[in-house]
Amino acid sequence: MSGEIPQSLKYTKEHEWARIEGNRVVVGVTAHAQEALGDVVYVELPKVGATLTAGGQFGVIESTKAVSDLFSPLSGKVVKVNDALTGNPQTINSDPYGAGWICELEPSDSKELAGLMDAAAYGKLLQNS
Amino acid sequence: MARRTPLNEAHRRLGGRMVEFVGWDMPVQYSSVIAEHEAVRTAVGLFDVSHMGEIEFSGPGALETANKLITNDLSKCADGQAVYAGLLNDQGTFVDDVVAYRFSAERILIVVNASNKDKDFAWMQSRAEGVKPVDRSDDFAQIAVQGPKAVGLIQRLTQVDLSKIGTYRFAEGPVAGVQCLISRTGYTGEDGFELYCPPGDAEKLWEALLKEGQQDGVKPCGLGARDSLRTEMKFALYGNDIDDQHTALEAGLGWICKLDKPGGFIGREVLAKQKAEGVKRKLVGFELTGSGIPRHGYPILKDGQRVGEVTSGTLGPSVKKPVGIGYVPTELATEGSTFDVEIRSRPVPAVVVKTPFWKKS
Repeated sequence: MSGEIPQSLKYTKEHEWARIEGNRVVVGVTAHAQEALGDVVYVELPKVGATLTAGGQFGVIESTKAVSDLFSPLSGKVVKVNDALTGNPQTINSDPYGAGWICELEPSDSKELAGLMDAAAYGKLLQNS
Repeated sequence: MARRTPLNEAHRRLGGRMVEFVGWDMPVQYSSVIAEHEAVRTAVGLFDVSHMGEIEFSGPGALETANKLITNDLSKCADGQAVYAGLLNDQGTFVDDVVAYRFSAERILIVVNASNKDKDFAWMQSRAEGVKPVDRSDDFAQIAVQGPKAVGLIQRLTQVDLSKIGTYRFAEGPVAGVQCLISRTGYTGEDGFELYCPPGDAEKLWEALLKEGQQDGVKPCGLGARDSLRTEMKFALYGNDIDDQHTALEAGLGWICKLDKPGGFIGREVLAKQKAEGVKRKLVGFELTGSGIPRHGYPILKDGQRVGEVTSGTLGPSVKKPVGIGYVPTELATEGSTFDVEIRSRPVPAVVVKTPFWKKS
Protein backbone atom coordinates (compact mmCIF):
# COMPACT_ATOMS: atom_id res chain seq x y z
CA MET A 1 0.00 0.00 0.00
CA SER A 2 1.47 3.32 -1.00
CA GLY A 3 -1.35 5.61 0.06
CA GLU A 4 -2.69 8.70 -1.60
CA ILE A 5 -0.32 11.12 -3.42
CA PRO A 6 -2.03 14.48 -4.02
CA GLN A 7 -1.09 16.10 -7.35
CA SER A 8 -0.83 19.56 -5.82
CA LEU A 9 2.08 18.78 -3.50
CA LYS A 10 5.85 18.44 -3.84
CA TYR A 11 7.73 15.53 -2.27
CA THR A 12 11.11 14.45 -0.90
CA LYS A 13 12.67 11.02 -1.05
CA GLU A 14 12.44 10.98 2.76
CA HIS A 15 8.62 11.00 2.39
CA GLU A 16 7.89 14.56 3.42
CA TRP A 17 5.49 16.71 1.43
CA ALA A 18 5.56 20.47 0.81
CA ARG A 19 2.56 22.63 -0.14
CA ILE A 20 3.35 26.03 -1.58
CA GLU A 21 1.04 28.77 -0.33
CA GLY A 22 2.25 32.13 -1.71
CA ASN A 23 5.59 32.86 -0.10
CA ARG A 24 5.15 30.16 2.49
CA VAL A 25 5.42 26.37 2.45
CA VAL A 26 3.49 23.94 4.63
CA VAL A 27 5.36 20.71 5.45
CA GLY A 28 4.15 17.28 6.55
CA VAL A 29 4.78 13.58 6.02
CA THR A 30 3.15 11.51 3.30
CA ALA A 31 0.42 8.89 3.59
CA HIS A 32 3.06 6.30 2.77
CA ALA A 33 5.27 7.58 5.60
CA GLN A 34 2.55 7.42 8.24
CA GLU A 35 1.53 3.99 6.98
CA ALA A 36 5.12 2.75 7.28
CA LEU A 37 5.58 4.33 10.71
CA GLY A 38 2.45 2.85 12.22
CA ASP A 39 0.65 4.53 15.11
CA VAL A 40 2.32 7.88 15.74
CA VAL A 41 2.54 8.53 19.48
CA TYR A 42 4.92 11.47 19.74
CA VAL A 43 6.11 14.36 17.61
CA GLU A 44 8.99 16.67 18.38
CA LEU A 45 8.24 19.89 16.52
CA PRO A 46 10.76 22.53 15.48
CA LYS A 47 10.65 25.89 17.25
CA VAL A 48 9.03 28.89 15.63
CA GLY A 49 11.86 31.07 14.37
CA ALA A 50 14.24 28.15 13.84
CA THR A 51 16.27 28.17 10.64
CA LEU A 52 16.08 24.96 8.65
CA THR A 53 18.37 23.65 5.93
CA ALA A 54 17.08 21.64 3.01
CA GLY A 55 17.66 17.97 3.82
CA GLY A 56 18.51 18.83 7.41
CA GLN A 57 16.86 17.17 10.40
CA PHE A 58 14.21 19.42 11.92
CA GLY A 59 12.11 17.21 14.15
CA VAL A 60 11.35 13.70 15.31
CA ILE A 61 8.36 11.49 14.90
CA GLU A 62 7.88 8.42 17.07
CA SER A 63 5.59 5.47 16.59
CA THR A 64 4.94 2.80 19.21
CA LYS A 65 8.09 1.00 18.07
CA ALA A 66 10.40 3.37 16.25
CA VAL A 67 11.99 6.80 16.30
CA SER A 68 12.33 8.57 12.92
CA ASP A 69 13.91 11.88 12.00
CA LEU A 70 12.05 14.50 9.99
CA PHE A 71 14.01 16.15 7.19
CA SER A 72 13.19 19.58 5.87
CA PRO A 73 12.24 19.73 2.17
CA LEU A 74 13.56 23.30 1.90
CA SER A 75 15.76 25.83 3.62
CA GLY A 76 14.01 28.60 5.48
CA LYS A 77 12.59 29.92 8.70
CA VAL A 78 9.86 28.21 10.70
CA VAL A 79 6.93 30.61 11.02
CA LYS A 80 4.28 28.26 12.44
CA VAL A 81 4.13 24.81 13.98
CA ASN A 82 1.16 22.49 14.43
CA ASP A 83 0.93 22.51 18.23
CA ALA A 84 -2.23 20.38 18.07
CA LEU A 85 0.00 17.39 17.25
CA THR A 86 1.49 17.45 20.74
CA GLY A 87 -1.82 16.32 22.24
CA ASN A 88 -3.01 14.35 19.22
CA PRO A 89 -0.02 12.92 17.37
CA GLN A 90 -2.26 10.30 15.72
CA THR A 91 -3.66 13.05 13.51
CA ILE A 92 -0.61 12.31 11.37
CA ASN A 93 -2.06 8.85 10.75
CA SER A 94 -5.63 9.95 10.17
CA ASP A 95 -5.03 13.06 8.05
CA PRO A 96 -1.40 13.29 6.93
CA TYR A 97 -2.02 15.91 4.23
CA GLY A 98 -4.49 18.02 6.22
CA ALA A 99 -4.78 18.39 9.99
CA GLY A 100 -1.57 16.35 10.35
CA TRP A 101 0.63 19.09 8.86
CA ILE A 102 3.83 19.66 10.86
CA CYS A 103 5.12 23.18 10.27
CA GLU A 104 5.05 26.18 7.98
CA LEU A 105 8.22 27.66 6.51
CA GLU A 106 9.27 30.88 4.89
CA PRO A 107 11.69 29.48 2.30
CA SER A 108 14.96 31.33 1.89
CA ASP A 109 15.84 29.99 -1.54
CA SER A 110 13.02 29.48 -4.04
CA LYS A 111 15.39 27.70 -6.43
CA GLU A 112 15.35 24.70 -4.06
CA LEU A 113 11.77 23.98 -5.13
CA ALA A 114 13.11 22.56 -8.38
CA GLY A 115 14.88 19.87 -6.36
CA LEU A 116 11.60 18.42 -5.06
CA MET A 117 9.61 15.67 -6.77
CA ASP A 118 6.16 16.05 -8.23
CA ALA A 119 3.43 13.51 -7.49
CA ALA A 120 4.31 11.36 -10.52
CA ALA A 121 7.98 11.15 -9.59
CA TYR A 122 7.18 10.39 -5.96
CA GLY A 123 4.72 7.70 -7.05
CA LYS A 124 7.50 6.11 -9.10
CA LEU A 125 9.85 6.24 -6.12
CA LEU A 126 7.32 4.33 -4.03
CA GLN A 127 6.77 1.76 -6.78
CA ASN A 128 10.49 1.11 -7.02
CA SER A 129 11.11 0.91 -3.30
CA MET B 1 16.62 -16.07 4.57
CA ALA B 2 14.47 -15.67 7.65
CA ARG B 3 12.72 -18.76 8.99
CA ARG B 4 8.95 -18.97 8.68
CA THR B 5 6.50 -20.31 11.23
CA PRO B 6 3.68 -22.56 9.99
CA LEU B 7 1.42 -19.50 10.19
CA ASN B 8 3.46 -17.37 7.79
CA GLU B 9 0.95 -17.64 4.93
CA ALA B 10 -1.91 -16.86 7.31
CA HIS B 11 -0.13 -13.69 8.48
CA ARG B 12 0.38 -12.54 4.91
CA ARG B 13 -3.27 -13.17 4.04
CA LEU B 14 -4.27 -11.06 7.05
CA GLY B 15 -2.09 -8.19 5.83
CA GLY B 16 0.54 -8.63 8.53
CA ARG B 17 3.54 -6.35 8.15
CA MET B 18 6.37 -8.84 8.17
CA VAL B 19 9.77 -8.04 9.66
CA GLU B 20 12.81 -10.09 10.46
CA PHE B 21 12.96 -10.79 14.20
CA VAL B 22 15.89 -12.83 15.54
CA GLY B 23 16.10 -14.75 12.28
CA TRP B 24 12.35 -15.28 11.90
CA ASP B 25 9.94 -13.64 9.46
CA MET B 26 7.27 -12.39 11.87
CA PRO B 27 4.35 -9.93 11.82
CA VAL B 28 5.13 -6.75 13.75
CA GLN B 29 1.52 -5.60 13.29
CA TYR B 30 -1.55 -6.22 11.15
CA SER B 31 -3.65 -3.08 11.47
CA SER B 32 -2.27 -0.96 14.29
CA VAL B 33 -0.15 -1.73 17.35
CA ILE B 34 -2.46 0.36 19.54
CA ALA B 35 -5.66 -1.32 18.25
CA GLU B 36 -4.11 -4.77 18.76
CA HIS B 37 -2.92 -3.81 22.24
CA GLU B 38 -6.42 -2.58 23.11
CA ALA B 39 -8.01 -5.78 21.78
CA VAL B 40 -5.94 -7.78 24.26
CA ARG B 41 -6.82 -5.48 27.17
CA THR B 42 -10.54 -5.39 26.40
CA ALA B 43 -11.39 -8.50 24.31
CA VAL B 44 -8.97 -11.09 22.97
CA GLY B 45 -5.86 -11.21 20.79
CA LEU B 46 -4.02 -14.03 19.03
CA PHE B 47 -0.25 -14.11 18.81
CA ASP B 48 1.86 -16.49 16.77
CA VAL B 49 4.76 -17.36 19.06
CA SER B 50 5.80 -20.47 17.20
CA HIS B 51 9.32 -19.11 16.92
CA MET B 52 9.94 -19.88 20.58
CA GLY B 53 12.05 -22.95 21.35
CA GLU B 54 11.14 -26.08 23.27
CA ILE B 55 13.76 -28.28 24.92
CA GLU B 56 12.77 -31.54 26.55
CA PHE B 57 14.24 -33.68 29.30
CA SER B 58 12.70 -37.11 29.50
CA GLY B 59 13.35 -40.33 31.31
CA PRO B 60 14.40 -41.20 34.85
CA GLY B 61 16.17 -38.22 36.46
CA ALA B 62 14.62 -35.65 34.09
CA LEU B 63 13.32 -33.51 36.93
CA GLU B 64 16.60 -33.53 38.88
CA THR B 65 18.61 -32.70 35.75
CA ALA B 66 16.35 -29.84 34.64
CA ASN B 67 15.93 -28.51 38.15
CA LYS B 68 19.66 -27.94 38.51
CA LEU B 69 19.68 -25.84 35.33
CA ILE B 70 16.83 -23.52 36.29
CA THR B 71 16.49 -21.14 39.21
CA ASN B 72 12.94 -22.03 40.20
CA ASP B 73 11.99 -25.31 41.86
CA LEU B 74 10.21 -27.97 39.82
CA SER B 75 10.34 -30.37 42.76
CA LYS B 76 7.73 -28.17 44.47
CA CYS B 77 5.45 -28.33 41.43
CA ALA B 78 2.68 -30.77 40.83
CA ASP B 79 2.52 -32.65 37.55
CA GLY B 80 0.62 -30.32 35.21
CA GLN B 81 2.24 -27.23 36.69
CA ALA B 82 4.69 -24.79 35.10
CA VAL B 83 7.10 -22.24 36.52
CA TYR B 84 8.79 -19.10 35.27
CA ALA B 85 12.54 -19.41 35.82
CA GLY B 86 15.97 -18.19 34.85
CA LEU B 87 18.85 -20.07 33.29
CA LEU B 88 21.87 -18.41 34.85
CA ASN B 89 25.61 -18.33 34.24
CA ASP B 90 28.02 -19.08 37.06
CA GLN B 91 28.08 -15.27 37.51
CA GLY B 92 24.37 -15.25 38.35
CA THR B 93 23.53 -13.39 35.15
CA PHE B 94 21.07 -14.62 32.55
CA VAL B 95 21.59 -17.15 29.81
CA ASP B 96 17.83 -16.84 29.26
CA ASP B 97 14.46 -16.67 31.00
CA VAL B 98 12.17 -19.65 30.45
CA VAL B 99 8.95 -21.38 31.38
CA ALA B 100 9.46 -24.97 32.58
CA TYR B 101 6.57 -27.44 32.30
CA ARG B 102 6.39 -30.46 34.58
CA PHE B 103 4.41 -33.21 32.85
CA SER B 104 5.86 -35.68 35.34
CA ALA B 105 9.10 -36.21 37.21
CA GLU B 106 10.27 -37.98 34.07
CA ARG B 107 9.22 -35.39 31.52
CA ILE B 108 10.08 -31.70 31.68
CA LEU B 109 9.68 -29.25 28.79
CA ILE B 110 11.56 -25.96 28.91
CA VAL B 111 10.29 -23.18 26.64
CA VAL B 112 12.99 -20.68 25.69
CA ASN B 113 13.29 -17.44 23.76
CA ALA B 114 13.71 -17.81 20.00
CA SER B 115 16.72 -15.50 20.10
CA ASN B 116 18.50 -17.79 22.56
CA LYS B 117 17.36 -21.25 21.52
CA ASP B 118 20.60 -22.50 19.98
CA LYS B 119 22.70 -20.94 22.74
CA ASP B 120 20.44 -22.39 25.43
CA PHE B 121 20.48 -25.85 23.90
CA ALA B 122 24.29 -25.86 23.65
CA TRP B 123 24.52 -24.56 27.22
CA MET B 124 22.14 -27.26 28.48
CA GLN B 125 24.08 -29.95 26.60
CA SER B 126 27.28 -28.85 28.29
CA ARG B 127 25.83 -28.30 31.77
CA ALA B 128 23.14 -30.98 32.12
CA GLU B 129 24.17 -33.70 34.57
CA GLY B 130 22.23 -36.86 33.87
CA VAL B 131 19.47 -36.72 31.30
CA LYS B 132 20.41 -35.28 27.91
CA PRO B 133 18.30 -32.39 26.56
CA VAL B 134 16.46 -32.89 23.27
CA ASP B 135 15.63 -29.93 21.03
CA ARG B 136 11.93 -30.36 20.25
CA SER B 137 11.43 -26.88 18.78
CA ASP B 138 10.46 -28.17 15.35
CA ASP B 139 7.68 -30.28 16.88
CA PHE B 140 5.70 -27.34 18.26
CA ALA B 141 3.82 -24.34 16.99
CA GLN B 142 2.49 -21.99 19.63
CA ILE B 143 -0.46 -19.61 19.64
CA ALA B 144 -1.01 -17.27 22.59
CA VAL B 145 -4.67 -16.40 23.15
CA GLN B 146 -4.80 -13.48 25.54
CA GLY B 147 -7.41 -11.12 26.92
CA PRO B 148 -10.51 -11.10 29.12
CA LYS B 149 -12.47 -13.02 26.45
CA ALA B 150 -9.73 -15.59 25.77
CA VAL B 151 -10.96 -18.27 28.12
CA GLY B 152 -14.54 -18.08 26.86
CA LEU B 153 -13.35 -18.27 23.27
CA ILE B 154 -11.20 -21.36 23.78
CA GLN B 155 -13.84 -23.01 25.94
CA ARG B 156 -16.27 -22.93 23.02
CA LEU B 157 -13.71 -24.92 21.01
CA THR B 158 -12.81 -27.60 23.55
CA GLN B 159 -14.32 -30.20 25.86
CA VAL B 160 -11.47 -29.69 28.33
CA ASP B 161 -12.84 -27.82 31.36
CA LEU B 162 -10.70 -24.69 31.37
CA SER B 163 -12.02 -23.55 34.74
CA LYS B 164 -10.02 -26.43 36.23
CA ILE B 165 -6.74 -25.10 34.83
CA GLY B 166 -5.35 -22.52 37.23
CA THR B 167 -2.65 -19.94 36.54
CA TYR B 168 0.61 -21.60 35.49
CA ARG B 169 -1.17 -24.95 35.19
CA PHE B 170 -1.67 -26.87 32.00
CA ALA B 171 -3.59 -29.75 30.49
CA GLU B 172 -3.55 -31.67 27.23
CA GLY B 173 -6.50 -32.11 24.93
CA PRO B 174 -8.06 -31.15 21.62
CA VAL B 175 -8.95 -27.54 20.82
CA ALA B 176 -10.89 -27.17 17.55
CA GLY B 177 -9.93 -30.78 16.86
CA VAL B 178 -6.21 -30.07 17.27
CA GLN B 179 -4.31 -31.84 20.02
CA CYS B 180 -2.83 -29.10 22.24
CA LEU B 181 -0.86 -28.44 25.34
CA ILE B 182 -3.21 -25.92 26.94
CA SER B 183 -1.23 -23.69 29.28
CA ARG B 184 -2.68 -20.89 31.40
CA THR B 185 0.30 -18.62 30.89
CA GLY B 186 1.07 -15.49 28.94
CA TYR B 187 3.11 -12.36 28.51
CA THR B 188 0.46 -9.65 28.45
CA GLY B 189 -0.90 -9.26 31.99
CA GLU B 190 -4.28 -10.53 30.84
CA ASP B 191 -5.92 -13.87 31.46
CA GLY B 192 -5.58 -16.43 28.69
CA PHE B 193 -3.79 -19.46 27.42
CA GLU B 194 -0.82 -20.43 25.34
CA LEU B 195 -1.67 -23.32 23.03
CA TYR B 196 1.14 -25.57 21.82
CA CYS B 197 0.28 -27.83 18.90
CA PRO B 198 1.91 -29.78 16.07
CA PRO B 199 3.12 -27.35 13.35
CA GLY B 200 0.99 -29.06 10.71
CA ASP B 201 -2.17 -28.26 12.69
CA ALA B 202 -1.30 -24.67 13.59
CA GLU B 203 -3.15 -23.05 10.72
CA LYS B 204 -6.31 -25.05 11.43
CA LEU B 205 -6.20 -23.94 15.07
CA TRP B 206 -5.43 -20.30 14.16
CA GLU B 207 -8.30 -20.12 11.66
CA ALA B 208 -10.72 -21.73 14.11
CA LEU B 209 -9.78 -19.23 16.83
CA LEU B 210 -10.15 -16.28 14.43
CA LYS B 211 -13.53 -17.49 13.19
CA GLU B 212 -15.00 -18.43 16.57
CA GLY B 213 -13.52 -15.26 18.09
CA GLN B 214 -15.30 -12.90 15.70
CA GLN B 215 -18.15 -12.49 18.18
CA ASP B 216 -15.57 -11.53 20.84
CA GLY B 217 -13.82 -8.96 18.66
CA VAL B 218 -10.69 -11.08 18.32
CA LYS B 219 -7.69 -9.52 16.61
CA PRO B 220 -4.50 -11.11 15.35
CA CYS B 221 -1.67 -9.29 17.12
CA GLY B 222 1.94 -8.75 16.13
CA LEU B 223 5.22 -8.35 17.94
CA GLY B 224 4.59 -4.62 18.43
CA ALA B 225 1.57 -5.16 20.68
CA ARG B 226 3.29 -8.07 22.41
CA ASP B 227 6.08 -5.68 23.38
CA SER B 228 3.85 -2.80 24.54
CA LEU B 229 1.66 -5.18 26.57
CA ARG B 230 4.58 -6.81 28.35
CA THR B 231 6.28 -3.44 28.95
CA GLU B 232 3.15 -2.13 30.72
CA MET B 233 3.45 -5.16 33.03
CA LYS B 234 7.24 -4.70 33.48
CA PHE B 235 7.70 -8.27 32.25
CA ALA B 236 11.36 -8.68 31.36
CA LEU B 237 12.48 -9.19 27.77
CA TYR B 238 15.79 -10.99 27.30
CA GLY B 239 18.25 -8.76 25.46
CA ASN B 240 16.52 -5.65 26.80
CA ASP B 241 15.90 -5.88 30.54
CA ILE B 242 17.81 -9.03 31.37
CA ASP B 243 21.04 -10.27 29.86
CA ASP B 244 24.39 -11.79 30.75
CA GLN B 245 25.56 -8.51 32.32
CA HIS B 246 22.97 -8.19 35.11
CA THR B 247 22.20 -10.71 37.84
CA ALA B 248 18.77 -12.11 38.60
CA LEU B 249 18.70 -10.15 41.87
CA GLU B 250 19.58 -6.90 40.13
CA ALA B 251 16.75 -7.63 37.69
CA GLY B 252 14.31 -7.95 40.61
CA LEU B 253 13.78 -11.61 39.83
CA GLY B 254 14.90 -12.97 43.19
CA TRP B 255 11.42 -14.46 43.57
CA ILE B 256 12.14 -17.02 40.84
CA CYS B 257 15.51 -17.97 42.37
CA LYS B 258 15.03 -20.63 45.04
CA LEU B 259 18.36 -20.35 46.81
CA ASP B 260 17.52 -23.12 49.29
CA LYS B 261 16.14 -25.73 46.92
CA PRO B 262 17.65 -29.21 47.07
CA GLY B 263 20.61 -29.56 44.70
CA GLY B 264 20.90 -25.81 44.17
CA PHE B 265 21.27 -24.35 40.66
CA ILE B 266 23.93 -22.83 38.44
CA GLY B 267 24.65 -19.28 39.56
CA ARG B 268 23.29 -19.80 43.05
CA GLU B 269 26.50 -18.94 44.94
CA VAL B 270 26.84 -15.49 43.42
CA LEU B 271 23.19 -14.72 44.17
CA ALA B 272 23.49 -15.92 47.77
CA LYS B 273 26.48 -13.65 48.28
CA GLN B 274 24.78 -10.73 46.55
CA LYS B 275 21.66 -11.25 48.62
CA ALA B 276 23.69 -11.07 51.82
CA GLU B 277 25.65 -7.99 50.71
CA GLY B 278 22.85 -6.17 48.89
CA VAL B 279 22.78 -5.26 45.21
CA LYS B 280 24.35 -2.05 43.91
CA ARG B 281 21.85 -1.49 41.11
CA LYS B 282 18.27 -2.46 40.47
CA LEU B 283 15.85 -2.70 37.59
CA VAL B 284 13.05 -0.20 38.17
CA GLY B 285 9.94 1.03 36.43
CA PHE B 286 9.61 4.75 35.88
CA GLU B 287 7.35 7.33 34.29
CA LEU B 288 8.63 10.34 32.40
CA THR B 289 7.30 13.51 33.97
CA GLY B 290 8.70 15.57 31.08
CA SER B 291 7.87 15.10 27.43
CA GLY B 292 9.26 12.32 25.28
CA ILE B 293 9.36 8.54 25.12
CA PRO B 294 12.07 6.49 26.84
CA ARG B 295 13.74 3.90 24.60
CA HIS B 296 16.14 0.99 25.04
CA GLY B 297 19.70 2.27 25.42
CA TYR B 298 18.95 5.85 26.48
CA PRO B 299 21.21 7.00 29.34
CA ILE B 300 19.81 7.60 32.83
CA LEU B 301 21.36 10.68 34.47
CA LYS B 302 21.45 11.99 38.02
CA ASP B 303 22.71 15.55 38.42
CA GLY B 304 24.09 15.34 34.89
CA GLN B 305 26.13 12.19 35.52
CA ARG B 306 25.35 8.93 33.74
CA VAL B 307 24.23 6.45 36.40
CA GLY B 308 22.23 3.89 34.45
CA GLU B 309 20.44 2.96 31.27
CA VAL B 310 16.92 2.51 29.97
CA THR B 311 16.29 -1.12 29.01
CA SER B 312 12.73 -0.82 27.63
CA GLY B 313 10.26 1.97 27.12
CA THR B 314 7.17 2.98 25.26
CA LEU B 315 4.17 5.21 25.36
CA GLY B 316 1.90 2.73 27.14
CA PRO B 317 -1.27 2.43 25.06
CA SER B 318 -3.34 1.52 28.15
CA VAL B 319 -1.61 3.63 30.79
CA LYS B 320 -1.39 6.46 28.24
CA LYS B 321 1.92 7.65 29.67
CA PRO B 322 5.55 7.35 28.64
CA VAL B 323 6.83 4.52 30.82
CA GLY B 324 10.17 2.81 30.98
CA ILE B 325 12.28 0.17 32.66
CA GLY B 326 15.94 0.62 33.49
CA TYR B 327 18.84 -0.12 35.77
CA VAL B 328 19.65 2.53 38.38
CA PRO B 329 21.86 2.63 41.50
CA THR B 330 20.03 1.10 44.47
CA GLU B 331 19.74 4.50 46.19
CA LEU B 332 17.62 5.70 43.23
CA ALA B 333 15.46 2.58 43.09
CA THR B 334 12.81 3.43 45.66
CA GLU B 335 9.39 4.63 44.61
CA GLY B 336 9.36 8.39 44.19
CA SER B 337 13.08 8.66 43.40
CA THR B 338 13.78 11.05 40.55
CA PHE B 339 16.35 11.10 37.78
CA ASP B 340 16.61 12.21 34.16
CA VAL B 341 16.47 10.20 30.97
CA GLU B 342 18.66 11.62 28.23
CA ILE B 343 16.60 11.86 25.05
CA ARG B 344 18.44 13.28 22.05
CA SER B 345 20.95 15.11 24.29
CA ARG B 346 18.19 16.58 26.45
CA PRO B 347 17.59 15.52 30.07
CA VAL B 348 13.92 14.65 30.62
CA PRO B 349 12.76 14.20 34.24
CA ALA B 350 11.46 10.82 35.39
CA VAL B 351 10.15 9.31 38.61
CA VAL B 352 10.27 5.73 39.90
CA VAL B 353 6.75 4.29 40.21
CA LYS B 354 5.09 1.10 41.39
CA THR B 355 4.87 -1.67 38.84
CA PRO B 356 3.20 -3.15 36.94
CA PHE B 357 2.39 0.15 35.28
CA TRP B 358 -0.93 -1.32 34.15
CA LYS B 359 -3.45 -2.50 36.69
CA LYS B 360 -6.96 -3.59 35.83
CA SER B 361 -9.48 -1.19 37.29
